[in-house]
Amino acid sequence: MEDWLEIAGNKYRSRLIVGTGKYKDFAETKRAIEISGAEIVTVAVRRVNITDPNKENLLDYLDPKKYTILPNTAGCYNADDAVRTCRLAREAGVGKLVKLEVIGDDKTLFPDVPATLEAAKILVKEGFDVLPYITDDPITAKKLQDIGCAAVMPLAAPIGSGLGIRNPYNIRIILEYATVPVIVDAGVGTASDAAVAMEMGCHGVLMNTAIAGAKDPILMAEAMRQGVEAGRKAFLAGRIPKKLYATASSPLDGMLN
Amino acid sequence: MKIKINGEEKEIEDGLSIAGLLEHLQIRPARVVVEHNRRIIARDAYGATLLAEGDALEVVHFVGGG
Repeated sequence: MEDWLEIAGNKYRSRLIVGTGKYKDFAETKRAIEISGAEIVTVAVRRVNITDPNKENLLDYLDPKKYTILPNTAGCYNADDAVRTCRLAREAGVGKLVKLEVIGDDKTLFPDVPATLEAAKILVKEGFDVLPYITDDPITAKKLQDIGCAAVMPLAAPIGSGLGIRNPYNIRIILEYATVPVIVDAGVGTASDAAVAMEMGCHGVLMNTAIAGAKDPILMAEAMRQGVEAGRKAFLAGRIPKKLYATASSPLDGMLN
Repeated sequence: MKIKINGEEKEIEDGLSIAGLLEHLQIRPARVVVEHNRRIIARDAYGATLLAEGDALEVVHFVGGG
């Protein structure tokens, strides 16, 4: 069966988007991403260390021809910085897809929603394909898709918390309103969290810490791939309704007297 | 002359272009993006963009992130 995740006109087989932060080294990053099956990978934009510029570069390990590079605006606390970061990222020549995050507070890393909306408007106007990280708020999600964002990315729980989806009811409403893909971004802790998101009908899941921070990141990358695939298939298959009492699986006819 | 690169003051030789500076710093141009006095410079303009006293440069690249 053909089942694609379509973002900004591009089709992807994998519904798992992974980050590249917190790995032991680039070799581990590369291996984990390969095993995860992800086709879209997030990266951050940072200053080059000019006193030691000969260090290896992440893109030496992640071929932009093979992966869609999704630069983020992590660490930006206002719309101007986020827009500036996106413009720099685009100049790197890896496309116009950006993960917009405007952080409101360094303890929760929750997004600053008004600043996110402000930056999204500018970026969409400048031709970026914007994937905004937002709280699990259906009204914000609706506003961002109306602005022209290519997807909306509500958090499951705070970044790096591993708490899983804390408000499935809001995610359901976001899905009901959605005219663009809904990608759960942040807060996933383990494979079942990813499966739950996909079973609900989310179009994708984005994660970094859950894989990179696991004791065995390579094995967890595989578990996440399978969790996302299992959840997606269960969603498409259509689960049975929940009932309070039993329904026998074996026929009652032909029983011995 | 003095310029600021990534927030740090640096003494460089007069009349250097961005391309010359990157070469001097042993930075591969293909892997970076340069902002010159808050203006992003296209890679093919590095050679033609000359630096002046007091200029501010940001040289950025992609690193691991989520």
